[in-house]
Amino acid sequence: MDGFLLQVFSGLANGSIYAAVGLALVMIYQSTHHINFAQGEMATFSTFICWWLIDSGMSYWLAFFLTVGVAFIGGVVVQRVFIRPVERKPVLINVIVFVALLVIFNAMSGWIFDHTLKAFDSPFPVRSAVLPEYISGHQLGSLGVTLAVLLVIYLFFRFTPIGLAMRGAAQNPDSASLVGIRVTWMLALGWGLASAIGAVAGMMMAPIMFLDPNMMAGILLYGFAAALLGGIDNPWGAVAGGFIVGVLENLLGAYVIGSDLKLTVALVLIVGTLTLKPNGLFGQKVVTRV
Amino acid sequence: MKLRIQYAIVLGVIAVILPWLLSDFRVFQLNLMLVYAIAILGLNLLTGYGGQISLGHGAFYAIGAYTAAVLMDKAAFSAYATLPIAALVCLVSGVLMGFPALRLSGHYLALATFALAMAVPQLLKYKGIEDYTGGVQGIVLDKPQPLFEFEFLGKALSEDRWMYYLVLIVTVLMFWLAHNLVNGRIGRAIVAIRDQPIAAGALGVNLTAVKTITFGVSAAYTGVAGALGAIAVSYVAPDSFHTFLSISFLVGAVVGGLGTIPGALFGAAFIQFVPNVADEISKSAPWAVYGAILLALVYVAPGGVMGMINKLKRGDSK
Amino acid sequence: MNLLEVKNLSAWYGPTQALFNVNFHLSQGGITTILGANGAGKTTTLRSVCQTAKTSGDISFVGQSISGMSTDKIVRMGMAHVPDGRGTFTGLTVEENLKLGAYTRRDKDGVSEDIEKIYVRFPRLRERYSQQAGTLSGGEQQMLAISRALMLRPKLLLLDEPSFGLAPLIVQEIFEIMKSINQTDGVSMLLVEQNASLALNLADHAYLLETGKVVLSGPAEDIRADETIRRTYLGY
Repeated sequence: MDGFLLQVFSGLANGSIYAAVGLALVMIYQSTHHINFAQGEMATFSTFICWWLIDSGMSYWLAFFLTVGVAFIGGVVVQRVFIRPVERKPVLINVIVFVALLVIFNAMSGWIFDHTLKAFDSPFPVRSAVLPEYISGHQLGSLGVTLAVLLVIYLFFRFTPIGLAMRGAAQNPDSASLVGIRVTWMLALGWGLASAIGAVAGMMMAPIMFLDPNMMAGILLYGFAAALLGGIDNPWGAVAGGFIVGVLENLLGAYVIGSDLKLTVALVLIVGTLTLKPNGLFGQKVVTRV
Repeated sequence: MKLRIQYAIVLGVIAVILPWLLSDFRVFQLNLMLVYAIAILGLNLLTGYGGQISLGHGAFYAIGAYTAAVLMDKAAFSAYATLPIAALVCLVSGVLMGFPALRLSGHYLALATFALAMAVPQLLKYKGIEDYTGGVQGIVLDKPQPLFEFEFLGKALSEDRWMYYLVLIVTVLMFWLAHNLVNGRIGRAIVAIRDQPIAAGALGVNLTAVKTITFGVSAAYTGVAGALGAIAVSYVAPDSFHTFLSISFLVGAVVGGLGTIPGALFGAAFIQFVPNVADEISKSAPWAVYGAILLALVYVAPGGVMGMINKLKRGDSK
Repeated sequence: MNLLEVKNLSAWYGPTQALFNVNFHLSQGGITTILGANGAGKTTTLRSVCQTAKTSGDISFVGQSISGMSTDKIVRMGMAHVPDGRGTFTGLTVEENLKLGAYTRRDKDGVSEDIEKIYVRFPRLRERYSQQAGTLSGGEQQMLAISRALMLRPKLLLLDEPSFGLAPLIVQEIFEIMKSINQTDGVSMLLVEQNASLALNLADHAYLLETGKVVLSGPAEDIRADETIRRTYLGY
């Protein structure tokens, strides 16, 4: 029983990170109907920036918030400069742009910060204040941070005028411009937020896995699985999906297939969801017009 | 017409003489370039002509490579015999993957194939099939030996030069096949499905059959390339078949020109030789260059090299 | 000075031209209707006026040229558009729809006042204020769409086929409300309608479009009175 609980709690902690990545993916998908393949690499690059700030002497939390800010601005800039020109072009062109961004961000991480594994210290105490037998200090801390971020995002969308405008623009861009919303700026904002959320996920992940340019590659896959499982157009479904994937990954890894094939689990989840239940567990039916 | 035949003859002569003008190592690089050209051609059939986006063709390359390697290593097959088998195995896997792909389009298909590309190295390392695949270390192969001795321009018929002619013959064959496929009825059906799927269906084109066969043929092409590649390099290991391989193929297809056949050659040249140059700058530099050129192409010349060439041709004739 | 002045307007859907050198105007406080059969170019006209379609020609609104201006800028100048199909944010609640209508406004108190006014005018919307807009009936969605447009406190309201798909009783109700909006709040209206008799009862001026050209124009009551015109062009 002990082992089981350990896996579950650890799965929840990891799951919160998958949830964050999943949320970022859904946010961009909802507003643009495109999948941001570069999400993981952008998060890694942001995490490197945080590492560099700390390495240069900055305190952890100052570096953390500064990185979130930089990631936000970076996301806005990427949307304005690279994504906007191809917004209305065919899917293939968009996919190529996203893949190119993936490649560029990965390359920049390697070029600027090189490929040696970097240690990234956790800001949280080693021993957890709550249930220390089942969960480490960092896991608890990272769970707390990601939940806090998700809460802030929820409140933003639910209660602020801009959040409302973004939701409207994502659902119905034509009507949104008819009420005076500048839809392209809403998209840019969405990218900024997604990038910021991704940065948080990366910074929470780095103390667990070492920081190197390929850190988030596998996490991205889990993020996709989480987003699809929850229903690609449902942000909170992605959050639920993230926790489900996290726990499932650990339980399957511990009791069924061993830890070698974890990425295959993600692959199976993705292909399975896409072919068997394309709307995920919580999504709405999508109708394509002829 | 006569000009074309003249071009073909000149190209043919150059192709035959080329290995004798270059060092062994350069011939080796040339072999890989041709191998990549076949792989890219395969991807192009699916994505350029068929409009189905695959970010996972590295998987078929790996299947072809490992098929050849396992047959040569465990069943003492000769290298040449592995090629048709690799093609068949990949044709079947491609058709099988084509079925779930029917339900997916656009970025969903890209996503599924991307996940496939990411899972491949882990799958290849799986301890359960280690006995066949050699696990993390992979399999070392023997290069096929030239069947006779020959000397020309002061150079011997080495393994690499022998390999070159094998690769060249397969390349010419594959390109010729692709040309006929694309310009025939099936080719037109493929393009019709890409551009107007519902109208094509209404006109009696069997979407399921054409789409899955396209997937299969595309996989077979890349699988043959994988087998050839394994033989040329004499080595297969899981980490050679990483996600970036699949991305390289896509880059090559776009750079050369999607929906064109000769484009595959330009694309292959790009992905084979640019890393060598960019590597001097930094380990990560090739990828930065890839990404930057990819972006530049998308905004400026989405038709790739072939697109630019065709534009120039049209400009001249005006 | 006319509130809306359109000269030599041509418009395109992709490569197809839908309007050919159309001229019309709308005076302050008036209701003008644009009539015509399906495909005549009525919706295109409204889209052209708020610049969500590709156009050439001169359009001026409150004395300013708006050709080539971005839609959201035109909206801020005081033009609200109730598009065909209503364009409600179906995933958002009724009240959220209204709040979005007031997105460009800075006066929080004025916005709350206006929402209250709308609930008074449309009690059914008050009942359903926290319901998802997509669950409302057709008539209620039309009321919501018009209300959302009114939240802008617009000078000009563009309406695209408000009667479409609605039961006659509801349509009556809506047209009466539109009349009161025009008379009490002084909102000018440009109304596109297939239902000519309804439109002519409401409007003071009418234009008839046929395949992208204006073939007839004049005071609504004259057109209403002229039997030949009614029979030939309007089918009743």
